[in-house]
Amino acid sequence: MRHEIVLLVLILMLLVFEIFTKTEQKKSLIYLALGLFAIHTISGFFQSTDGVLFGGSYRTNELIHFFKNILNVGVLIILLQSVDWLEKVAHYNKLPEFFILLFSSLIGMYFMISSGDFLMFYIGLELSTLPLVALVAYNSADIKGNEAAIKLILSAALASAISLFGMTFIYATGGSIFFESIATQLTVSPLAILGLIFFFSGVAFKISLAPFHFWTADVYEGAPIGITSYLSVISKGAAIFILMTILFKVLPVLSVQWKDIVWGVAVLTMFVGNLFALRQNNMKRYLAFSSIAQAGFILMGIINAEQLGASTVIFFVMVYIFSNLGAFGVVQAISNATGKENMDDYTGLYRTNPMLSLVMLLSLFSLAGIPPVAGFFGKFFLYTAAAQKGYYLLVFLAVINVTISLYYYLLPVRAMFLRKSDDAIPYFKSPVFMRIGLLLAIAGIFVLGLYSPVYNYIEELSKLL
Amino acid sequence: MIANVSIYEILTLTTLLFFIGLYGFLTRKNLITMLMSIELLLNASVINFVVINKYMFPEMLQGVYFSIFIIAVAAAETALAISIIINLYRLKVSVDVNETETMKY
Repeated sequence: MRHEIVLLVLILMLLVFEIFTKTEQKKSLIYLALGLFAIHTISGFFQSTDGVLFGGSYRTNELIHFFKNILNVGVLIILLQSVDWLEKVAHYNKLPEFFILLFSSLIGMYFMISSGDFLMFYIGLELSTLPLVALVAYNSADIKGNEAAIKLILSAALASAISLFGMTFIYATGGSIFFESIATQLTVSPLAILGLIFFFSGVAFKISLAPFHFWTADVYEGAPIGITSYLSVISKGAAIFILMTILFKVLPVLSVQWKDIVWGVAVLTMFVGNLFALRQNNMKRYLAFSSIAQAGFILMGIINAEQLGASTVIFFVMVYIFSNLGAFGVVQAISNATGKENMDDYTGLYRTNPMLSLVMLLSLFSLAGIPPVAGFFGKFFLYTAAAQKGYYLLVFLAVINVTISLYYYLLPVRAMFLRKSDDAIPYFKSPVFMRIGLLLAIAGIFVLGLYSPVYNYIEELSKLL
Repeated sequence: MIANVSIYEILTLTTLLFFIGLYGFLTRKNLITMLMSIELLLNASVINFVVINKYMFPEMLQGVYFSIFIIAVAAAETALAISIIINLYRLKVSVDVNETETMKY
């Protein structure tokens, strides 16, 4: 419970500080919020107590605590990378709003991943989505941002309405909205299967799995880049974690049915994400489709339905957070300095900005799964999880997809390193916070890839799921 | 419980309501009407929760309080969506879906 309370206090402190800050000093709130959130992140790593609250609605254990810490680190990196953008773009009156909405959304995710019944899950889901919609439309004079926001809220509202309808059926057959009671009382019946399908499609919207992915690219393109990275890593990671918990722990009776669904959706998601990524030129859209494809890979771990599946999924989500934040960080650094977001503009970047190109190279290698960096091990463990249960065809199709993805992950690398260009982006010095953010992301990629005790620790924890 | 009305009739009604809402959401071109369709979808779930609670598990109130929370959250959602639609209207002077297609594919 400490995560939620500390973050709530932090939001209230920001609100109070805003009142007592003079107009010309409003910019200092950025550093204040950043410092406070860094303290919150560090305090999260201290030992915490397990237990349930509110009659079982809220539960927490070491694994959930650990996952909240991962989300915190991700948000900290995003904030570090966004400082420059906030200083340049944001109107001083809207500065505190950015942090307050972002932190509210994070609290929603905390509640969502520690939910013990469908009510808390639903409220957490909405609390995590609604502030994000406001953040996507943060620049209210920007038509693209508003268009992205309306697309996001309409899709999110439809998704949550559909999953609510599914919850009513699960409630009818399971006799309760509490996860523990449903797990014991649910039996296989057509109504329960219908409920599962509705519920799954609602959550699939949130993770942007294939037949429900249409909002992703548009929203990612229209939103400010900091928010785009938040949507693609934090929001997706939290939704995957709770989907996994519900499928493993609440609906194990229907596992034959949901494994079929997950199989089909995984294959479709991988192919759609990878094939559409081939034709993108805008870097944000490109990374959006890449993140759709990555979600398809994650489903390979979920289909395992046991402890190995859980630990591989959590490990891969960690790897994915760091690699994607590295890539988005570079896109943001270049966009802040020059306003350019297209892949063509990156031609010859290595000669002018070698460090940024190197960060981009490592992140893309990690996303593609090339050995020295963490992404390789993440993908390899996911294959093991699927193969352990005999899904060899799925693994085969995933390997085909990795081959496709290698092509488009290397396109920016080729543009940056092998091509020469006369009008390449000139050298610029990134601000210090951006550098720290990129450094943290790269450090994460290397630590996860080369230091195996991290995986052992996650494996130990995932028994608690 | 309503006299002479079984749970099947009410569930048929809510299922119809749900699919009318879904159809409306997918076919309408006006953003405000799309929001109204969302409300239909949510109300189908609300009625479902109350009815299932009343007819099948009357000893606990779980479904009823869930439905109250849904209504509250739906209000917040609508308020946010309306504010964005108004902002979009200021920028484009239109609430038609076909106008919101700067970004595609």
